[in-house]
Amino acid sequence: MTQFTEHSVKEAFEKHKAFVAFVTCGDPDLETTKEVLRELVKNGVDLIELGIPFSDPTAEGVVIQEANNRALEGGVTTDSVFEMIREIRSELPIPMVFMTYANVVFSYGTDRFLKTAKEVGMNGIILPDVPFEEKEEFKTTCDSYGLDFISLIAPTSHDRIRMIAKEAEGFVYCVSSLGVTGVRSNITTDISSMVQLVKSENNIPVAVGFGISGPDSAKAMALQSDGIIIGSAIIRIIAKEGKNAPKAVGEFARSVREALNTI
Amino acid sequence: MSNSKGRFGIHGGQYIPETLMNAVIELEEAYDHYKNDPEFQAELTQLFNDYAGRPSRLYYAEKMTKDLGGAKIYLKREDLNHTGAHKINNCLGQVLLAKKMGKTRVIAETGAGQHGVATATIAALMGMECEIFMGRVDTERQALNVYKMKLLGAKVHPVDSGTATLKDAVSETMREWTSRIEDTHYVLGSVMGPHPFPTIVRDFQAVISKEIKQQMLEKEGRLPDAVLACVGGGSNAIGSFYHFINDPGVELIGCEAAGRGIDTFETAATIATGKLGIFHGMKSYFCQNEYGQIAPVYSISAGLDYPGVGPEHAYLYDIKRAQYVAITDEEAVNAFEYLSRTEGIIPAIESSHAVAYALKKAPTMSKDQIMVITISGRGDKDCAAIARYRGEDISE
Repeated sequence: MTQFTEHSVKEAFEKHKAFVAFVTCGDPDLETTKEVLRELVKNGVDLIELGIPFSDPTAEGVVIQEANNRALEGGVTTDSVFEMIREIRSELPIPMVFMTYANVVFSYGTDRFLKTAKEVGMNGIILPDVPFEEKEEFKTTCDSYGLDFISLIAPTSHDRIRMIAKEAEGFVYCVSSLGVTGVRSNITTDISSMVQLVKSENNIPVAVGFGISGPDSAKAMALQSDGIIIGSAIIRIIAKEGKNAPKAVGEFARSVREALNTI
Repeated sequence: MSNSKGRFGIHGGQYIPETLMNAVIELEEAYDHYKNDPEFQAELTQLFNDYAGRPSRLYYAEKMTKDLGGAKIYLKREDLNHTGAHKINNCLGQVLLAKKMGKTRVIAETGAGQHGVATATIAALMGMECEIFMGRVDTERQALNVYKMKLLGAKVHPVDSGTATLKDAVSETMREWTSRIEDTHYVLGSVMGPHPFPTIVRDFQAVISKEIKQQMLEKEGRLPDAVLACVGGGSNAIGSFYHFINDPGVELIGCEAAGRGIDTFETAATIATGKLGIFHGMKSYFCQNEYGQIAPVYSISAGLDYPGVGPEHAYLYDIKRAQYVAITDEEAVNAFEYLSRTEGIIPAIESSHAVAYALKKAPTMSKDQIMVITISGRGDKDCAAIARYRGEDISE
C-alpha cells in the first residue's frame, strides 16, 4: 500500500464552492469505480462520497436503488470496497467519506468498520438512517478514530436545525427537498434560511444535495450555500454507459465545475 | 444512547432519515395526549365493539382438546373480527389518531393484504384518502385482497423493488411518507419500525390479551398455562402476550415461519436464523448475511414473509420471558387442514403456524392445563394457495 496524505472534510470547502460527488462502489464493478473516481478528481470534484451498497436503501430513489442492486449482484462486499480504497487512495488528493446504511456498519462491527475506514484513508461517514437522537452509538467511535460524523438537515427539520448544527462536524448535508434521492425538475425549499440557521449556531460549511441534475441547478444551489452534492445524475450516466462511463462522468463533472467557477 | 427513545432493552430506537424525525415526534406527542384522553378511548372502544365486533370470542375447542389428549385448548377468535383478522384493532386506533391529528390521507404497507384491507376499510369509514403499497409477488398471490382494497376506495401500488414482498412494501411506504408528510399518516401494520410505532401498535393490539384474561377468568376462574400466537412482525403475538407478561406462570410462545426449514435459505424464521441488526427504523433481530445485507426471506404465508421481528419480541426473547419456535410450510398446511376438519374453523395460513405448534405441544401438557391459541385471521384468502400447494388447481 502506498502511503496517502491525510485530508480533512473541511478542506473541500476552503478554496471555492465545493463540488461533492456520490458514487456507488462496484457499479457496475470496482475497476470502473476506480476509473470514475480518477475522472472525478481530474475534473474538479472536491469531496467524494463513496456509497457502500445496501440491499434495502430506504432513503434512495430508484436510480440509486438500482445501482445498489447492480453492485451487490456483481458481488461487492464491505471488504472488497475497503480493498479498492487501499489500492487507490494515494492517487486521490481530496477528502473522502463513506455514505451507507447503519446496518452495513453495525453488522461489520462498528468499531472494526470505523477503524478500517480510518486505516484506508477515509475522512468521515454519512449514515442517512441515523438521525441526531441515535448518533452517539456511531459518533463516539468516529471521534476516537478522528472521522467526521456528517449530519443531515431536511426541509422538515425546522426547530431541530440549531440542535443538529451545534454538534455537527465536517459539513452539514442540507437535504433540498422532501422525499428520497433523485433528480428533480425544480427545488422549492427555502435553502437560504436553512443555511442561515445553521450558520447562526455553528460556523460550518453547508452543502446542498438531493435533486441536483446538472450545471444549472448546481449553480443555483451553490449560490445559497457552500457547495453542492450530486449523486443520481452521475449514477444515471453510469447506468447508461456501464464500463465506458468514466469518460462521460468526467465530462459531466467538468461542466458542473465550470458552472460553479462562474460564481 | 442518551437521546435514543423507544427502547426495549437494547432493541428499538428511531433509525430513520432526518426528514421523518419531526413526523414521528409529532405522532408520539399526539399519542401521549390521546392515550390518556377518556373521550378518545371511549370513541375507540365504541368502534371496537360496534364496528369491529369486539370482544372477540374465546372458544373452547372441545374436539381438538379430546383428539390431542392433553391441555384444554381455547381459541381466541380474532378471525371473527370485521375484515377477518386482528389487523382492524390497530387500524381503528391509528386512523382515529391520524384523524385527530388533522391528517387527511393514510398510507400503509401490506403483505398478505389483511392490513391493507383493514386500513382501506377504516379509511372508507372515516372519509380519508388511502394508498396501499404491496409487493408485486403478493399482489399476485393475494389478488382477491387487491380487489377488496380497490373496492373500498384505496389506490394499490404494486412494489417491484428488491424481492417484491413485504419488506419492500415497507421500504416503499417509508419512501412515500418521506415525500409527503404534512397531510399523511403512515399506518404501520405491525409492532415494528421506529418509535413510537412498536408501542402504539402494541397498545392497540393489547385488547386481545386483555380480553383473553377476562374471558379466561370468567370461564375457568384462572389464567391459562400457555398462550400461542404466530409471529411475523409480531402484532397479534404481542397483543396476545401483553397482559400476561407480568404473570410468570403463563408460558408465552411465538411461532415463526420456517418456510422450507430453518436449515435452508428459504425461511423467514428471524429469531431462529437472524442476528442483531438495524433496519426499517429499529434495532432488532434480522435475517441477513455477514455483511448486513437483508436476506430474501421465504414463507408460504405472505403475512409472515418478513426478515425482521418487532423490538419488544426481540427483548422478550433476550430476557427469556417468551420463547419462539419455527414452523415449516408443511406443518402449517397440515394444521390449516386439521383445524378446518376438526373444529370447522378455517384459520389463516399465518395463524396455522400457531395451531401447528399447539398440535405438538398440547399432547405433552396435562389435562388440567390450559392453552390459548390466537387465531389471528380467517383462512378464506389462503384456500386457493393451499389447494395449489396440495397440487389441486382451483379458480377463485
